[in-house]
This record gives sequence, C-alpha cells and structure tokens, in this order.
Amino acid sequence: MTGKDMTYARITNEILLPVENKPNKAWWIGFIVSALGAMLWVVSISLTFWYGLGEWGLNKTVGWAWDITGFVWWVGIGHAGTLISAVLLVFSQNWRNSINRSAEAMTIFAVICAATYIVAHMGRPWLAYFTLPLPNQYGSLWVNWNSALMMDVFAISTYFSVSLLFWYTGLLPDIASIRDRAKGLRRRIYSILSFGWTGSLKTWQRFETVSLILAGISTPLVLSVHTIVSFDFATSLEPGWHTTIFPPYFVAGAIFSGFAMVQTLLLVTRKVLGLENYITMFHIESMNKIILLTGSIVGVAYITEFFIAWYSGVEYEQYAFINRATGPYWWAYWSMMSCNVISPQLFWSSKLRRNIPFSWALSIVVNIGMWFERFVIIVTSLHRDYIPSSWAMFYPTWVDVGVFIGSIGVFFTLFLLFIRVLPSVAIAEVKLLLKTASEQAKLKQIKEGHLEPAEVQYYKESLTKYDSVDMADYEKV
Amino acid sequence: MSKTKIILGCFDDPDDMMQGITNLQKNSIPIYDVYTPMPIHGIEAKMGVKDSRLGYAAFCFGCLGLTVITSIVYYTLVGDWPQNIGGKPSFAMPDFIPFMFEWTILFTAFGMTFTFFAATHLFPGRAPRVMDLRATDDRFIIAVDAKGNIPHDDITNLLKDAGAVEVKHNERKYVSYE
Repeated sequence: MTGKDMTYARITNEILLPVENKPNKAWWIGFIVSALGAMLWVVSISLTFWYGLGEWGLNKTVGWAWDITGFVWWVGIGHAGTLISAVLLVFSQNWRNSINRSAEAMTIFAVICAATYIVAHMGRPWLAYFTLPLPNQYGSLWVNWNSALMMDVFAISTYFSVSLLFWYTGLLPDIASIRDRAKGLRRRIYSILSFGWTGSLKTWQRFETVSLILAGISTPLVLSVHTIVSFDFATSLEPGWHTTIFPPYFVAGAIFSGFAMVQTLLLVTRKVLGLENYITMFHIESMNKIILLTGSIVGVAYITEFFIAWYSGVEYEQYAFINRATGPYWWAYWSMMSCNVISPQLFWSSKLRRNIPFSWALSIVVNIGMWFERFVIIVTSLHRDYIPSSWAMFYPTWVDVGVFIGSIGVFFTLFLLFIRVLPSVAIAEVKLLLKTASEQAKLKQIKEGHLEPAEVQYYKESLTKYDSVDMADYEKV
Repeated sequence: MSKTKIILGCFDDPDDMMQGITNLQKNSIPIYDVYTPMPIHGIEAKMGVKDSRLGYAAFCFGCLGLTVITSIVYYTLVGDWPQNIGGKPSFAMPDFIPFMFEWTILFTAFGMTFTFFAATHLFPGRAPRVMDLRATDDRFIIAVDAKGNIPHDDITNLLKDAGAVEVKHNERKYVSYE
C-alpha cells in the first residue's frame, strides 16, 4: 500500500467512494454497453431454448464448438480469483489483500457465465436435474459415476458454491462498514446483508479460522476443477484430445487466462475508482510475472503435445496435429500460438511489465489467445475424424456469436453492478496492511533510523517504478 | 445512581487499544468485549480467549461428505444397478475419487461456515448489536460493563492513559436499535 497520511478512516472513505455516491459517466457508458450485450445474450439464449440446438452451427461431425469453447474459456477465467484468495493466503502473501475481493467477484461471475453454457448446451435445459442421482421412474437408471461429464457437474457446482461462500463470508465485515455509515433504507438493506456483524473479538477469531480453512480446502479445489474439465476431453478416444498432459496443461492455461482477465478489469477499475494506492505497481508487476510463468508453461505444453504426437507413432494423432497447424484452421492455430506463447515472452522486459497500457493490451491479447486455444482443441480435433467422408467445417450462426458476445455482456454487467454496491477492495484486510506493509510505515521506520543504509538505498531504488509514489519524500532520508 | 450502562474506550490505533486492555487487566477490571474494524493479531492470547474449535467441525463435516458420497456411489452403481462395462469390476474406485474429493470439500466448506454463523449468531436479518458505529470504520473499541465496575471515572482515566481518543458513558448498550 502506498500513499501519504493514510489512516483507517481514509481507507474506508476511499474504498467506499463508489458505493456511497452516484455513478459517474464512465460507469454509465460501460453499464449501458454491457447491458446491451446482456440483452443480446437473453435473445440468443431464448432462441436456443425455444428452437433447440439447431439454432447453432453444429453439424454431425462437429458436435461441440463455440458452446464448449466458451464454457472452458469462462471456467479458465474463473480460476484466478480463488487462486489469489486461497493459494496466496495459504502462503501468507499479503499483497493479495487488495486484489482478492474483485478477483473473487470476477471468478463468481465467470463461473456463472460458464454454467449458462453448460445448461444451454444440454439442449433441453429443463432436464438438467438428470445429472443428479435422483430416484426415478426409468427402472433405477442412476447417473453414471464413471463419466467425466458427471465429474464436471460436481466439480463446477462445488467450485461455484464454495467460491461464493468464501467471497460472501469475506464480505460480511465490509458490508457492516457500509451499514454503519448508511441511513434509512440503505441501512436496512445492508443490515440484512451483513448478518448482524459486529466485529467482536470472538467473531474475528472464528472468521480468521474459517478463512484459513476455506483457503486450505479451496487450494486443491481450484486445481481439481480444470483438471476435471480437461478429463472431458482426455478420457475420450479422439485424436488431439486423448492426451495425458491435459490436466496440468489446462490448469496452467486457466491460471494464465484468469490472471489476464484480472489485469483487464483491475487496470481499468484502479484508474476509474482511484485505487492507485491499494492496487500498486507491485501488484501489476507480480501478476504480469505470473502471466509470463503460466504462459511459458502453456507454451511448453503445446510443443510437448506436438512432440508426443510425432513420437507416439500413431498416424491419427500425428495427422490431428499437422492438420491443426497447416489444415483449414491454420489461422486459429497460429493466432493461439502467437497470442499465448510469443506475446507473454515480452514480459521478460521489466519496462514492459511496468507499462500499464501495454499490460492492459497484452491481457486482452492473452484472453483472445486462450479462446483460440479452446477452439483449436475442440473444433480442429473434431472436424476431421477417422472417416474422410464425414470431414466437415464448422460455421457459427449469429446465435452462436450472440451467445458468446452476450455472455461477455452478462459478465461485465455483473461486475459493474458489483463495484457499485459492494466494496471492490477488502477493507478490513487492507487495514491490516496500514501499520505493516505500507509505504508510510516503512518511511517512518527509515526516518527513525531502524533500517540499514544499504537496505534503504535498495528500497528507494525499487520505489521508482511506482506511479503512485512521490519520490520527493525520499530525497532527504 | 448513575444511569450509565456501558463504558466504551474508543481508540484510533490498535496498539493503544492493546495498552488499554493491559491497563484494565492490571486493575482487575473485566472487559465485556472488544470491537474492531479488522482482526487484531495476538489479542486472543491477551484476553485469554480459547482457540476456535471450528477446525474440528470442519474435519467432521469433511468425513461426513466423504461417507455420504461413497455410500451413494456404492449403492447406485455397485449395489442397486451394477453395470457390465467391458467385464471390469463395477466398483471402479479410481473413477469415483473426483466425486469423493468434491463432496468432501463441499461438506467441509458449508458445514464449517454454517457452524461459524450459528455459533456467532450471524444470519440474514439479525439486528446488529453495535455499541459504536465507528467500530466498523476507524475506531477500536473496548467495552466495559458499567454495572459493578466503579468508580467509573477511574476506568475513564485508565483508558485515557492508554491513549483513548474518547471515552463514552452510554446509557444504552446498543446504538444500532432505532
């Protein structure tokens, strides 16, 4: 945390600014555009439900296309939030305190988008309860617990509900902060939402225990979700899908795309809501480093897949990969390669890592690349199977496109509503940093001569990269 | 007879508040509760609050989740309707591990969190029992029951000595009730 004259009151005031005031023009423009997108989603999904999956461009050969691409893309994006909250809490990385709240919200909204794809893709969504082991009138035709698709039902629903629980429990003290400052109806609403939180000693003690255990169990949960999503493909016999590398490769890809989406949202939120002192250059750079690392893992996975296809000696497997790179979908393959493998390597340069417009642009590139990755895996593997007579191409209808663009609209609508009604930064957790991990506390230590001169020098040099630090304060110390 | 029900020491710094607790404890004045806008580390040991037992609850709920799903899977796919899939055993353990894992996590998370809510009396619609509205903002509050702890001015002085920015003698316990 940076900034001069920071106090507990100032933290509350600054973070609650967007919640306690009327939205500005930028918010309204963003909200109207997103809401129009969400309307498109409503129209497209209604057509899908009314007329059936024939509204999509699927054919006999390519039975999964934009729907599952969109599903896997959203689930992947939904990974960063819990990763930031859970894994970084378990490892005591307290820089997570200022970004965890919005990242978790993003996770929840992304998983909602993913879940809508699954429900829509069922074709007859009113029969969704068929995925549950309920006694029924068809003899006792239970669900098949051997199926990866069943595993997915439980992985996604557990992930969603546990993430929601984690997020909401963390929100309680901050909702109480809003409640105690509000008047009238607002107060009543936030009072109900706050569950009667008081911040007493025992409440906080239990709260911390619950947070730590939830973080501990969410850590393997995050890793399990995309592992299980990859089983949907890896347990099939389809060349290009039947790959043992899929679980770790999908998890790395999910973290990669999740952090990219966090960057896309936070760099804008930080600027618009004036949160420069909370979401600092340190956060931006750390996230860019994670993007670089996971992008490289994904790159290695792509190359390994190619190598293994050749090394296996299986001609179908070999053809699937040659076809990806040089067949009719070469443009999708090379978009994926350049967006996901080549572009993140630019982050080796510390100048680019600290360049905010560049980081934002690159996060968009990564999002596009990760969409292409799923498209390549799904469509290029399916479109040419064992029998050349059934080879086909996939052409999306406008409903396909509408569902996809619309789901982005739904996502941004939810996110924009979130930053208006709930604190986008975890207030209580950021307050913990005030006297420990803040620029102000460090400056005080330096002035009182508690630190070695060499250490002070190093600290001053590392501060120059921050856009929210006034270096003039450090000239005399 | 004074009408004061509760004495609140309002601090603007958690370290001063800790000093306030020390001062009260040295004079054997029982503390009703402490309200803070953020968790204070080390306060449990100072106040002699026992460790939370929610971890045990979490473990029990995890075991319950595991048992429930194992029973469901075993009953449906092995007991009630075994299927012949390539002559393989119907109790296909490796296939069931993801379900066992997910349900264990699910039960642990919800069981533990709802136990927390129940034990702390947190639920939607509960009237918040707030003694000072700034306790969720920037004030660290020590509450002392006025009854039996006299003279009140001594308590005020002890809190002021520790650095309390304000000491309130409230006639109502909770300010949040309208």
